Amino acid sequence: MSKETLYGWGRTSPSVSDVVSPATELEVIKDMSTAKRYIARGLGRSYGDAAQLGGGTVIDNRDLDGVGVISNDGVVTVGAGTSIDELLSFSIPQGWFVPVTPGTRQVTLGGAVAADVHGKNHHVDGSFGNHVLEMRLVTPKGAVTISPNNDAELFWATIGGMGLTGVITTVTVKMLKIESSQVLVDTERFANLDAVMAAMQSGDDAYKYSVAWVDCMSKGSSMGRAILTRGDHAAKDDSTKRLEGPKPAKLFVPFNAPSGLLNTFTIKAFNELWFRAAPKKKVGQPQSLSAFFHPLDGVRDWNRLYGKRGFVQYQFAVPESAGETVTKAIERLSSSGVPSFLAVLKRFGASNEGMLSFPMPGWTLALDLPVGPSALPQVLDDLDEMVLGAGGRIYFAKDARLSHEKVRAMYPRLDEFLNVKNRVDPEGRLISDLSRRLHIGR
Amino acid sequence: MENAFGQPQNVIVLGGSSDIARAITKKLCTARTHTVVLAGRNQQLLDESAKEAQEYGATKTDTLLFQAEEVAKAGEVVTAAFDKVGENVDLVIIAVGMLCNQREIENDPLGSARMANVNYTWPVAALGEIRRRLVAQGSGRILVISSVASVRVYRDAYLYSGAKAGLDRLCQGVAESLKGTGVTLQLLRPGFVRSKMTTGQKEAPFTTGVNEVAENTMRGLASGDLVIWSPPILKYVAVAMRLMPNQVWHKLMKR
Repeated sequence: MSKETLYGWGRTSPSVSDVVSPATELEVIKDMSTAKRYIARGLGRSYGDAAQLGGGTVIDNRDLDGVGVISNDGVVTVGAGTSIDELLSFSIPQGWFVPVTPGTRQVTLGGAVAADVHGKNHHVDGSFGNHVLEMRLVTPKGAVTISPNNDAELFWATIGGMGLTGVITTVTVKMLKIESSQVLVDTERFANLDAVMAAMQSGDDAYKYSVAWVDCMSKGSSMGRAILTRGDHAAKDDSTKRLEGPKPAKLFVPFNAPSGLLNTFTIKAFNELWFRAAPKKKVGQPQSLSAFFHPLDGVRDWNRLYGKRGFVQYQFAVPESAGETVTKAIERLSSSGVPSFLAVLKRFGASNEGMLSFPMPGWTLALDLPVGPSALPQVLDDLDEMVLGAGGRIYFAKDARLSHEKVRAMYPRLDEFLNVKNRVDPEGRLISDLSRRLHIGR
Repeated sequence: MENAFGQPQNVIVLGGSSDIARAITKKLCTARTHTVVLAGRNQQLLDESAKEAQEYGATKTDTLLFQAEEVAKAGEVVTAAFDKVGENVDLVIIAVGMLCNQREIENDPLGSARMANVNYTWPVAALGEIRRRLVAQGSGRILVISSVASVRVYRDAYLYSGAKAGLDRLCQGVAESLKGTGVTLQLLRPGFVRSKMTTGQKEAPFTTGVNEVAENTMRGLASGDLVIWSPPILKYVAVAMRLMPNQVWHKLMKR
């Protein structure tokens, strides 16, 4: 056991916890029996305080790793501490890709389940939980195997449950068959938000993967100008390179940049360059899996660029009918002068049964915002009101500042979740700084 | 818990009826603070502060009486305040302090000791217990209200500025000692502030109201900087204050 200062990827709100690193399910059970309060942690890619517990015990799942044999139909059981990066290194050469990947490979399978991560294919394939067949979960009452057919209630409380139902030790997932390690990508630039949203509504269904990068700092007629990239896995004939696993990042940020390096001026300049560098329209461009799915993994520790104050990622989802909320949110940001990097805009497909799962059919927008501008807390509080008013919600895995008063309205199945949690954790031992801040389960 | 912008949920204010503390508490409650325990020497003023906190968004408030002259009881006061919060405390504000007409008490041993106790010894004693409790939590923040007067002691208020200087320097050591514990300490160094404590005194350059101090405090909590200046320009004025020759300094400060 060691004492460690932990924070999320946004590097805000640190706290000190006792950290244990069990390597087997039995060790997890032992650690849980000796600790008073605990939460699991993977690679620390939640942006806020979801995987830390000041004054409590953090169960580092990284030694709960390992990958089983991939069956002929793509089913594999993976240790919950295995990262998507590690899984892909093993699976891609055999012709299998993860069914859903977030924007980084550096998340563990346990974390992917706990945050029910989504990717560029949500409109077609749903989120990670849709592809999980079975899990082993250690609860304060003991270890259980759960699946949609075996204690479905606990299974769907755990999918997106932010680790608050137990420590996941293994995940059995159905992988996706691929023939090459490339994606054929169509890229198009749009002059404003309305144009890109219309294009996404009319054309996304023809692609497996779709996402738009939106410039939230442009104003006037070019407000919300965007680059839309959509693609599908390349078939054997389309590609020269085949079945190559991901490569480690060559670049890294060695130390904290001065806070303020990323300011209105530098971010505007970056957004401008990014927009201009994209082709006006390009069809069928082959890209590696890494370049298409995980561009930020090319620079290790890129979060240090935000300096010691760190940054927050603000991600909301609103129903399909509330598309104008996306426009209003970008207008509010653009007019406030708060600097924000290119935002990620995506259309979500159907939700799954996860009680606290984030995605809902409609739109999601994710923004990276440096901590510093004094207007930012209020701007984001205003956006919360807009999102709530539109029937939307904020993503727990990204959150570091939401008011606890809004959680219940954003997640109407919260009580159902708490009933299940109470069944397996009657003493309320599974908590995190996030659950304390948002009053989930207190 | 505190959020990414340094906005706490559960707050203890020691010296909770001071005008600066009240203005900060209002701002905190407007943001995320829902539980406030106010401790001070005047029940009526504490009740007013608690009511104000509720009007600005607090859902749970409580009060606690103590006398800052009773140094031996500082630990008990802190313990009682933490118990009243009943869960993790995110921020403890030490706003204990008093001004005096120095010429009236500078030859009075008890009066001088009282100034030292209220402005220095009681806060130091309280810090011991606050530190212990927050470190056990693995998170939390301490905001100590110092003063620009701590930058350089001067003739007409050496009892006040000397005690604040002592507290300020000591807190810098506490802040350093807290590294790696998840707990941080910040110093608020306001300039001359229009408040009931300074009523009747001649205003100094860069005088502000309590609301401006509260605004600067909120920004300072978000920044995490060790020293929060109010107004921020005092950061640079303080450099001049430190470098000024002794004779010039005392001549300038003569009122």
